[in-house]
Amino acid sequence: MQLFFEQSLNGLQFSLTLFLLAAGLTLVFGIMDVINLAHGSLYMVGAYAGALVAQRFGSFWIALPAALIVTALVGMLLERVIMRHLYGRDHLAQVLATFGLILFFNGFVTWVAGRSPLLMDIPPQLGGYIEIIPGVPYPMYRLMIIVLGIAVALGLWWLVAATRIGMLIRASSERREIVSALGMDVTKIFALVFALGAILAGLAGVVIGPIRSVQIGMGEQVLITAFVVIVVGGIGSIRGAFIGSLLIGMCDTLGRAYAPLFFKTQFSGQVADGLGATTASFLIYLLMALVLIVRPRGLFPSGR
Amino acid sequence: MRMKILALAAAALFGLAGSVSAQVKIGFITTLSTPAGYLGEDARDGFMLAASEEGGKLGGVPVQVLVQDDKLNPADGKQIAEKWAESEHVKLFSGMIFSNVAAAVVPQLMEGGAIYVSPNAGPSNFAGKDCKPNYYVASWQNDNLHESAGALAKKLGFKKMVLLAPNYQAGKDAITGFKRTYGGEVIDEIYTSLDQLDFSTEIARIRAAKPDAVFQFHPGGQGIAFLKQWAQSGLKDQIKMVVASPSLEQKIVSAVGDAALGIYVTSHWNTDFANDANKAFVKGFTAKYGREPTVYASQGYDTAKLIGAALKATGGKLDADAFRAAMMKADAKLTRGKFLFNRNRHPIQDWYQLEAVKGADGKVKLQTVGKVLENLADAYAQDCKL
Repeated sequence: MQLFFEQSLNGLQFSLTLFLLAAGLTLVFGIMDVINLAHGSLYMVGAYAGALVAQRFGSFWIALPAALIVTALVGMLLERVIMRHLYGRDHLAQVLATFGLILFFNGFVTWVAGRSPLLMDIPPQLGGYIEIIPGVPYPMYRLMIIVLGIAVALGLWWLVAATRIGMLIRASSERREIVSALGMDVTKIFALVFALGAILAGLAGVVIGPIRSVQIGMGEQVLITAFVVIVVGGIGSIRGAFIGSLLIGMCDTLGRAYAPLFFKTQFSGQVADGLGATTASFLIYLLMALVLIVRPRGLFPSGR
Repeated sequence: MRMKILALAAAALFGLAGSVSAQVKIGFITTLSTPAGYLGEDARDGFMLAASEEGGKLGGVPVQVLVQDDKLNPADGKQIAEKWAESEHVKLFSGMIFSNVAAAVVPQLMEGGAIYVSPNAGPSNFAGKDCKPNYYVASWQNDNLHESAGALAKKLGFKKMVLLAPNYQAGKDAITGFKRTYGGEVIDEIYTSLDQLDFSTEIARIRAAKPDAVFQFHPGGQGIAFLKQWAQSGLKDQIKMVVASPSLEQKIVSAVGDAALGIYVTSHWNTDFANDANKAFVKGFTAKYGREPTVYASQGYDTAKLIGAALKATGGKLDADAFRAAMMKADAKLTRGKFLFNRNRHPIQDWYQLEAVKGADGKVKLQTVGKVLENLADAYAQDCKL
């Protein structure tokens, strides 16, 4: 039972790291109708900016805001130079252009920081453990990710649902022409959304950096799962991304924890271990397929 | 007199022209992009260092090294090999890091009559009954890495262990190799997925299983993530860890820092080996590239030295039989010291115990502690009929 609670906590933490990534992706995809494969690259830029600043100044707490500022600036530049030309184009053009951006960013970061993975530690203040479940010390840093994920979810929900900017964002995603006919600058709103998406990706990068590897190509590794999340949750919906992250994160974690145990009751040793691992790795895709059969537009599709 | 000078000049010119045409082209297909790009970069730089030490020659024979990125994709590797064999007439190849790329490219090279010297990948496919006369491995047969780790775990007296590896061929080979020499009780085998970067689930399973020690095989970024999360879980102080060198090489050490402290590693090479060839290599590599060499760099360098020794003996000719006669002698000073080719063209060599310790400068580094296995050959050589 204790192990089950620990695994659920792990699942929750994994879900919320997924959410940090998926939130920005779903905003840009759902509101601007742009498939941005380079979202993972912004995640990488955030992690690298954080790691480099942390090495230079020796503090995670300087690295965190620095990474957010850097990714915001990179995001704004990207929007102005590339993305703006893709708004009206079909998805194929967007996929091609943003795939090109992945290659560019990998090359650029290699040029700036080299191919070697970078050192990035968790801040010493969060290096300890808390025994939420008796007998199971849980890393404070991972708890912080859980808290941060929930805070970001609430913040985004408030921004989109309860503020004037959020109203404009929703309006321009649904009736672009009418919003501009009413005298609002849709281009500006989109630039803002894209910058917000970039900041979220950067935040994910700098926060996840200390528990994973900061290296070239780290963005592509996480992108597929993030896409699964937004497809399950319904494209364009923050609530969908949140619920989707929880479903996928929990399904993946508990699958990895319990599928091998299940198969051990049926088969022997190595066969069971292999089968369990294989099953666990496709469970999330099975879940996605099931959701798509029942609700082809995801669980919480946005209004459009 | 004048005629004599003219004749001499002509002879000299002829000689020059002759040496230009005798330049040996080496096709270096390696992985430079993807998260694993640093592996190929180091192998390439080690290889190039050996050539630049001799001013563009290996074993006194001028070489031209063509380098291209296989993007960790077997199809790309095959395409590059085909292109170079046809348009550049390359007959000597090296460079591949990953077993899946090598498994696809090597048969094609062999059919084309080329020679291949591997600086890293040593899959079992080509070590046993399908061994090849012109395919040499300068690094290790894959299983040896994990056999050495198993032997170390046994030597350290760990009674109950949990083993982890990614759920694909090399991961399963790792666990098989480890068990071949370990002999103790394996209380759980955990297979992770190849794209997994969060290991909290597995770490929780290990916590519940309470082993004496853990063996894990996760090279590159996965290894970095695993070691960080292992240290952050607080289990590091209670449960020991034994790994083979790909899971904790010099780059991983510098990317995880203190999280590497106290982990037991086995390797056939380390920066602190005291032989002269290694001292020169570490010094030369650090001076030329401004960073510490990894085990991949040492393997690239050793590969070039072995090729150099063979080229010297054949005078730069790539006749497969003459090259083989010279190559099999392995008459080169390698950074790892003692080295022999087995009849399946895979190494027979010593394996060492390393430990991650804090250096005087506060940085974590790998230190050689002692020998684990001597003259280790691979289990497949007996099936090779060469």
